Amino acid sequence: MSVIPSLLAIVAGFLLGFLILLVVNPNQALDGIGIILKGGLNKGLAGMGQVLYFATPIIMTGLAVGFAFKTGLFNIGASGQFTMGAFAAIYVGVTMKGLHPSIHWLVAVLAAMLAGAVWGFLPGLLKAYRNVNEVITSIMMNYIGMSAVNIMIRATVYNKLKNESLPVAAAANIPKWGLNQLFPYSSMNGGILIAILCVFIIYIVLEKTTFGYELKACGFNKDAGLYAGINAKRNMVYSMMISGALAGIGGGLLYLSGSGKYMKVIDIIATEGFDGISVSLLGMSHPIAILFAGIFIAYIKVGGFNLQLLNYDQEIINIITAAIIYFSAFALLFRSRIQAFLTRREQTKTDEEPEVGESQ
Amino acid sequence: MRGLELLYFLGQQMMYFSMPLLIVALGGLFSERSGVVNIALEGIMVIGALASVLFIFLMQQFTSVSGNILLLMALGIAALSGLLYSLFHAYAAINMKANQVISGTALNLAATPFAIFIGRLATGTVIGRTVQQIPFKNQFRISKVPFLGDIPYLGPLLFQNAYITTYICLLILVFAWIVLYRTRFGLRLRACGEHPQAADSVGINVYKMRYAGVMISGALAGIGGLVFVIPTSTNFNASVAGYGFLALAVLIFGQWNPWKVFAAAIFFGFMKTVSASSSSISILSGLPISSEVYKMIPYIATLIVLVFSSKNSQAPKAAGEPYDQGAR
Repeated sequence: MSVIPSLLAIVAGFLLGFLILLVVNPNQALDGIGIILKGGLNKGLAGMGQVLYFATPIIMTGLAVGFAFKTGLFNIGASGQFTMGAFAAIYVGVTMKGLHPSIHWLVAVLAAMLAGAVWGFLPGLLKAYRNVNEVITSIMMNYIGMSAVNIMIRATVYNKLKNESLPVAAAANIPKWGLNQLFPYSSMNGGILIAILCVFIIYIVLEKTTFGYELKACGFNKDAGLYAGINAKRNMVYSMMISGALAGIGGGLLYLSGSGKYMKVIDIIATEGFDGISVSLLGMSHPIAILFAGIFIAYIKVGGFNLQLLNYDQEIINIITAAIIYFSAFALLFRSRIQAFLTRREQTKTDEEPEVGESQ
Repeated sequence: MRGLELLYFLGQQMMYFSMPLLIVALGGLFSERSGVVNIALEGIMVIGALASVLFIFLMQQFTSVSGNILLLMALGIAALSGLLYSLFHAYAAINMKANQVISGTALNLAATPFAIFIGRLATGTVIGRTVQQIPFKNQFRISKVPFLGDIPYLGPLLFQNAYITTYICLLILVFAWIVLYRTRFGLRLRACGEHPQAADSVGINVYKMRYAGVMISGALAGIGGLVFVIPTSTNFNASVAGYGFLALAVLIFGQWNPWKVFAAAIFFGFMKTVSASSSSISILSGLPISSEVYKMIPYIATLIVLVFSSKNSQAPKAAGEPYDQGAR
């Protein structure tokens, strides 16, 4: 029932995409939309491996943004937290070679989590105790994080020739756990399983624990939470730290994936944080739905790579994604319309039933 | 550089950073004061810059119109395109009662790929070289405003190496204040952002006022896109470098008040100028601090100021909430 509006939004987004394809090159529009819909399946299981690889970091940032939304906070700073996490993971991965190989990657991921949490802590603290809007502090923290990481890479794990971070030790990469055999794609790794684990943990925390209930209560109505004896300020700080930790893990998972990806020293804010906003919005901030939303967005993104084979611009995919998000904003209206439609039908049914009884 | 010369240089540079922030934050102010949160400012800037730079590019290719006449025409295009694009947000937020963060995010998401797409299309067909950067010739800098540029001290600071856009932005600031605080329209607009039910009860059409707020924000953010690109580059590369989000920060920093927004934009622009030109300031370049550290200064300084100034938030009370006539 609650997925119907999202599905409608997706259909509307694809229709718009088809329209663009038609305008650009009518002859190949059908083939084009076919390639987009087939997405990762174009190359079978290898393609799905590619989808899961791209989905992993944005599921994590999506989860970060969604968790904060659930607790009434807009964490636009997932980018900064992601970047801090990525650096921490790389730092541990490159420098701490004395660690036992079986736990090296785990320590690196935990470092990423911690770094992300630290970067989320300050906006939470300032929001709770100094009433500073978390949106503005998060934006500032994104820029500070970007420059801080550039400085730290240069000072510690710098590959001067390529202006990027050094490769991490082999043991610091996330184990593949046989997934690369299941999905024959070279960058496939166990990161997706860690992301799924995080999704379930967050689901349980939010839905099945008192702590989660308190967080949501404060998000829903701060005063009511206060009245019920909940320490709203402390919860706000916890919430931002957990959100930051999730984004941080996302950074760690991407750069410990063993896919030959290194952190560049550039003045650009990580896009994964903003992708996380889309993912969480499409998933309506629900952890399980965020998992699927992340996979879905990665799925059509892979379709976009293939779209170039027909000489279509890859950017069309991003426009479709944006359109889907835009239409999903109408979810509220869709849902009430559908509900009104269903209740009307119920009513006509109950009106009809006595008539049936009379005729018998 | 040292002394007065340095001061003049910093003042001129500061305008390049401050004016786009000012004008876009003022746009956000109109929207939020009417009750609609507009985080689409970044995307609207991109669209405004895209349309107007494309316009300049085509005019410079095919006509002989040039100089400030062309820039003024481009400003009109920027305002119009920003306004049109913002209608998507207005429709979602006002008619469809959509979550305003979602629709704003969607507009931000769509703008950059659209700009890349159009950029490639335009450069490919016009100059036969498919690139996403739309080039233009910068013939708009005024090296010295006649008469005013000769005023001692103030002349070099404000009226040399300047752009006509700076003065237009300052005029819009004054105009925005008059509209918001000295006209009936402004009072009504602000009422819709504070308590739409009360506004409705005295016969104000909340939907119309909110449309007006969002459309003004679209026009101003569109202009902001062009104002950002012109002094800092010779092409438009489908991006306004996060200035829309910074403008959002300036708006909050400025507590939704035009003059405080102006002060916030100047403060941030000044910090940004100092950090960007640290190498040409002899006092700073002598210190053993890397340029990366200077890059963080504007953001850290803003954070520190916020810690001491945010205890009482002046945010419009109904901003972000769809208006429902039936709600009590």
